[in-house]
Amino acid sequence: MYKIIKKEMLTPTICRMKVEAPRLASAALPGQFLIIRPDEQGERIPLTISDYSKEEGTVTIVTQQIGASTAEICAYAEGDSFCDVVGPLGIPSDFTEIPAEELAGKRYVFIAGGVGTAPVYPQVKWLHERGVAVDVIIGAKTKDLVIYKEEMEAVCDNLYICTDDGSEGFKGLVTAMLEKLVSEDGKVYDQAVAIGPMIMMKFATLTCKKLNLPVIVSLNTLMVDGTGMCGACRVTVGGKVRFACVEGPEFDGYLVDFDEAMRRQRMYNTEEREATEHHTCRIGRGK
Amino acid sequence: MANKIPRVPVREQDPKVRATNFEEVCYGYNAEEAQLEASRCLNCKNPRCVGACPVSVKIPTFVSLVAEGKFADAASVIAEDSSLPAICGRVCPQETQCEGSCILGIKGESVAIGKLERFVADWSRENGGVKPVVAPANGHKVAVIGSGPAGLACASDLAKLGYDVTIFEALHRAGGVLEYGIPEFRLPKDKVVAAEIAAVKALGVKIETNVIAGRTVTIDSLLDEEGFAAVFVGSGAGLPRFMNIPGEHFNGVFSANEFLTRNNLMKAYRSDYDTPIRAGKKAVVVGGGNVAMDAARTALRLGAETTIVYRRTENELPARKEEVHHAKEEGIQFAMLTNPVEVIGDENGWVKAVKCIRMELGEPDESGRRSPIEVPGYEFEIETDTVIMSLGTSPNPLIAKTTAGLETTRRGCLVADEDGATTRKGVFAGGDAVTGAATVILAMGAGRKAAAAIHKYIQG
Repeated sequence: MYKIIKKEMLTPTICRMKVEAPRLASAALPGQFLIIRPDEQGERIPLTISDYSKEEGTVTIVTQQIGASTAEICAYAEGDSFCDVVGPLGIPSDFTEIPAEELAGKRYVFIAGGVGTAPVYPQVKWLHERGVAVDVIIGAKTKDLVIYKEEMEAVCDNLYICTDDGSEGFKGLVTAMLEKLVSEDGKVYDQAVAIGPMIMMKFATLTCKKLNLPVIVSLNTLMVDGTGMCGACRVTVGGKVRFACVEGPEFDGYLVDFDEAMRRQRMYNTEEREATEHHTCRIGRGK
Repeated sequence: MANKIPRVPVREQDPKVRATNFEEVCYGYNAEEAQLEASRCLNCKNPRCVGACPVSVKIPTFVSLVAEGKFADAASVIAEDSSLPAICGRVCPQETQCEGSCILGIKGESVAIGKLERFVADWSRENGGVKPVVAPANGHKVAVIGSGPAGLACASDLAKLGYDVTIFEALHRAGGVLEYGIPEFRLPKDKVVAAEIAAVKALGVKIETNVIAGRTVTIDSLLDEEGFAAVFVGSGAGLPRFMNIPGEHFNGVFSANEFLTRNNLMKAYRSDYDTPIRAGKKAVVVGGGNVAMDAARTALRLGAETTIVYRRTENELPARKEEVHHAKEEGIQFAMLTNPVEVIGDENGWVKAVKCIRMELGEPDESGRRSPIEVPGYEFEIETDTVIMSLGTSPNPLIAKTTAGLETTRRGCLVADEDGATTRKGVFAGGDAVTGAATVILAMGAGRKAAAAIHKYIQG
């Protein structure tokens, strides 16, 4: 069992949990993810890792209530335990392999969308700790849905917030912000990283292409086992079939077939909608 | 004469009924039937069946005991060589192994060794099981990667020799392919798999789930930091293959691994479990192995009209005859000499048909089977909303990539000698990770050999 040490609601629908998983915590690196199975009857749900502490033996996850499964995770309370937590899964971010001296001179820009801001945090923190210049653009529908603002401010050089309704920061999309920074403000970046909803990553990639800026994206595909066994996560990258769970989750954005990836993501939508409508809460029965 | 008795038929669930449920197909023998069947054994002086068994179960000895009604003694005899008899009795390809070499099979029908093994194992489980015989603890720790047949067999033998064994399993439930791959109707999970794993644990074997070798831990960290004297890698088959034909990523196209994992490990067929599964109204399963049969029979039970598409003829189907027979009885269609060339999708990206081409058999290829050749121009479409690709697997590179000195073959399988020793000192391997996809019993055989080699290595 994997105990929830701490739980807080970042917004009315987004919760952050610190979970005991010592083996996972001591092996995790930026860019990796984990899988949670809340209880015996639950699905295996892939989630990004928002932070980890080898000393505490904990990992932090941030979940937004979207379907039945994520709602179930969010309904767990501090002190409860998840049945299964496994990871770290996937290949760590490219930059964890780049020698320190080569990395030091690089300028990164992160484009974070909604709940995708959470997995951006450990990446920015990792780079910041190694003296790399990092700017971060966070996009959200409205002010109340902006997460990780203070945490991010502490580890990045410049933070730019964009909201659809202009309730905080720049009124408009993250792509417009990126374009403004590069084209108007004369910012120069060597590498962009976009993490968020698939549609945002698609358009962030198109903008990066226009700006001639290389971009890495992190694909949140369907998964079952997460170890390469099932192939549910397959995506077409550069015309080749790749498994996001073992060959990703991060890929060169220029090469990803986003339209196919988005279509595949919706594979179980009908079933999920039914599950949300007919979902009976089982919280507490697993303890 | 004992051998004048015809082979005792085994009772099975009615095909029409079982096509709509996930209950076990075969009911197995009762005591009376088992004793009668066991009495057919000639108790050969030179028993060819034992040599044909990958784990060398003392077949005539246990069969004689069954004939005498000494079922507990029979169970003890089997337990000396096999830790998973209720599983092997159900899923071993006996027709090509023990039963395939039975003298009675030359002129008539072989002794039903598999069904007898199953009877003994089931009887034993229901009557208190075999008391484990374990040597005193010797103070050495051995790590086993993967809790499938290879890992369980290796761990059992080592535990019996007094080793402190920990199995690391990547998934949330122990059993490997026995859990995620083979369906409930062939191999009941709680009644049989969980019970046999409990028996392995009763030998003192520890199982840690949710640990991925190469990610959560590495072979090096186990050897250098956690004090394991040796590691056995039985990590299984790996990544599913696809055909690389157009349209293969339309919604509704699955690997057999995904389809079966959702159904078996995640229990998607049960309404009280959350994981979704989609078999559609019509399903096409591509491939001819046991996994293809399992996927097809699962799709059928989930309500899909199901067709198996295979590029050779029925004679070349790699699946066990019994599985093909059961599939046919249940109403699965077999489209032989047929090969998909394209998956056709609708305007929303969902599968609506598979375009196939007619094949014919040409000259034998390196596998000795006549190779299928396309008949030019003979293309046709099969209407379907689900396609399940069952084309085998390619090795998972994770462990080889994260372990220095562990060599792989050109195909990506781990290099290991007869006894399971890899190119890295103290690291042994066996099962599908070494051979590519094979059978439960071959993996168990490899696990046992490696256990003996690990014992020798540590005591060396």
